[in-house]
Amino acid sequence: MKLSDKTKVLEQGEMTLAERMYLPAIVGGMATTLKHFFSKPVTIRYPEQQRYLGPIYRGLHILKKDEEGAERCTACGLCAVACPAEAISMVAEERKPGEEKLYREEKYAKVYEVNMLRCIFCGLCEEACPKQAIYLRHDKMVPVFSSRDEVIYGKDKLVEKMDQRYLREGWK
Amino acid sequence: MEIFNAIFTAKAIFIGIIFAITLGVAAYSTYFERKIAAFMQDRIGPDRAGPFGILQPLADAVKMFMKEDFIPSKSNKWLFILGPCISMFTALMTSAVIPFGDTVTIGGVTFDLQGIDVNIGILWVFGIVSLGVYGILIGGWASNNKFALLGAIRAASQNISYELAMGLSIIAILMFTGSLSTKAIVEAQQAGHWNILYQPIGFIVFLICAFAECNRTPFDLPECETELIGGYHTEYSSMKLGFYLFAEYINMFISGAVMATLFFGGYDYPWVEFITNQFGATVATLLGAGALIGKALAFVFVFMWVRWTLPRFRYDQLMGLGWTGLIPISIFNVVITGFGILIDQPILTGIAGVVLLFFGLVIYDQLLVKKKLA
Repeated sequence: MKLSDKTKVLEQGEMTLAERMYLPAIVGGMATTLKHFFSKPVTIRYPEQQRYLGPIYRGLHILKKDEEGAERCTACGLCAVACPAEAISMVAEERKPGEEKLYREEKYAKVYEVNMLRCIFCGLCEEACPKQAIYLRHDKMVPVFSSRDEVIYGKDKLVEKMDQRYLREGWK
Repeated sequence: MEIFNAIFTAKAIFIGIIFAITLGVAAYSTYFERKIAAFMQDRIGPDRAGPFGILQPLADAVKMFMKEDFIPSKSNKWLFILGPCISMFTALMTSAVIPFGDTVTIGGVTFDLQGIDVNIGILWVFGIVSLGVYGILIGGWASNNKFALLGAIRAASQNISYELAMGLSIIAILMFTGSLSTKAIVEAQQAGHWNILYQPIGFIVFLICAFAECNRTPFDLPECETELIGGYHTEYSSMKLGFYLFAEYINMFISGAVMATLFFGGYDYPWVEFITNQFGATVATLLGAGALIGKALAFVFVFMWVRWTLPRFRYDQLMGLGWTGLIPISIFNVVITGFGILIDQPILTGIAGVVLLFFGLVIYDQLLVKKKLA
């Protein structure tokens, strides 16, 4: 059955003299490789040079703080529920008086862990978060780990540092 | 007669220098092969060992020596060791007759920049190059491995079929020169009378045969990775494999030097007279040696360029090209050259030969091939 008019019947007839001599094709091929010899290499020397992966690349997780430096996360657990890989776990704790500078909400995550071997970097935690607390940053990837002890990222690695705040394109 | 006279010492030093140059070029050929391959594929290539990866051959040599030197238990041990030795030995011996330059006078001693000026010069090259296949054959057979043996057999039959066309293609040159001595051949080409102008067909045939003789792509069937794993060096490891690969690069450099000697005027270069008058004969000769090495390196580049462009020939295509293509063409070249010498118009007949060959092929194509199909 003919589905469209786009089908093209290729006829492979006998080769002409030029084709059987190979020489024109060889010269053409040599010209092509010589052209590439002088063209710029496309290589990016990875660890030293890094390519910009775009404003919405999903890389390393970060737990954002607000402008006063208080953690935004309220340990609601929606991210853990949304996570299809069950990579996120947390332990909630009530905010004590005097800790208002540290935690924005009245409840906070005492422990917040992301298992980087489980995480599939889908970004659903980021979408589920009602407090804009967790993000997958676009400028940094999860570093290579060599042992299983380094796999689970706790708050010490995830929470944003105030001296190197994470800014995505379009944010103020 | 005193054995250790001045000429002997000078020649010994010269041979040492030639060895060093050949081995150095071969070592750096591995680096440039990878670099050229990378550039042709829009990559960068090795650039980690030293600036621009310039120490890569050293790192490779260390790797080769550190690897396990494995000898298969069912192999013929001594022949297995002998194989790479012969390959390396014959590869290094060919450079003996290549004239790297005219005479040099240092400290009152005058000597040629040539290992030995024998009157069978070019035959020596052919003889040694043909011996080189024994290295591959013995290594492939001694491995006691089917793939290695197949590779060895291919190498042998390939060399037989290409040696003939190669020999016939230089007969035309010998007709001009009247001598087998490489020195005489080069001297006949001085002052721009390069043989390439008189022998375009001969050069093309010789070039194709040189690819086959060096077992380089598109004729690298003896080691043909896709069919025979590694061909004759399937069972080889460590520096024995290194010697095989090294011998291939030496052969490339030497065949480049031979092609420069036979077809591109050897150590001839423009403005020899001017430089001799301005700076003296020694400088002119050394520049000539540089010119020859430069020409040889240009051929090495062509070898690599072809390797990263063309796919491998099928085995029957290779044999067909050798026996039914190149040998008739080179016989035709001998005839046309003889005619050119007879009427004393060598350049004209050289061009006429190319035109005649082209039209002959077209007519052959029109008359015979179409009829066969009908």
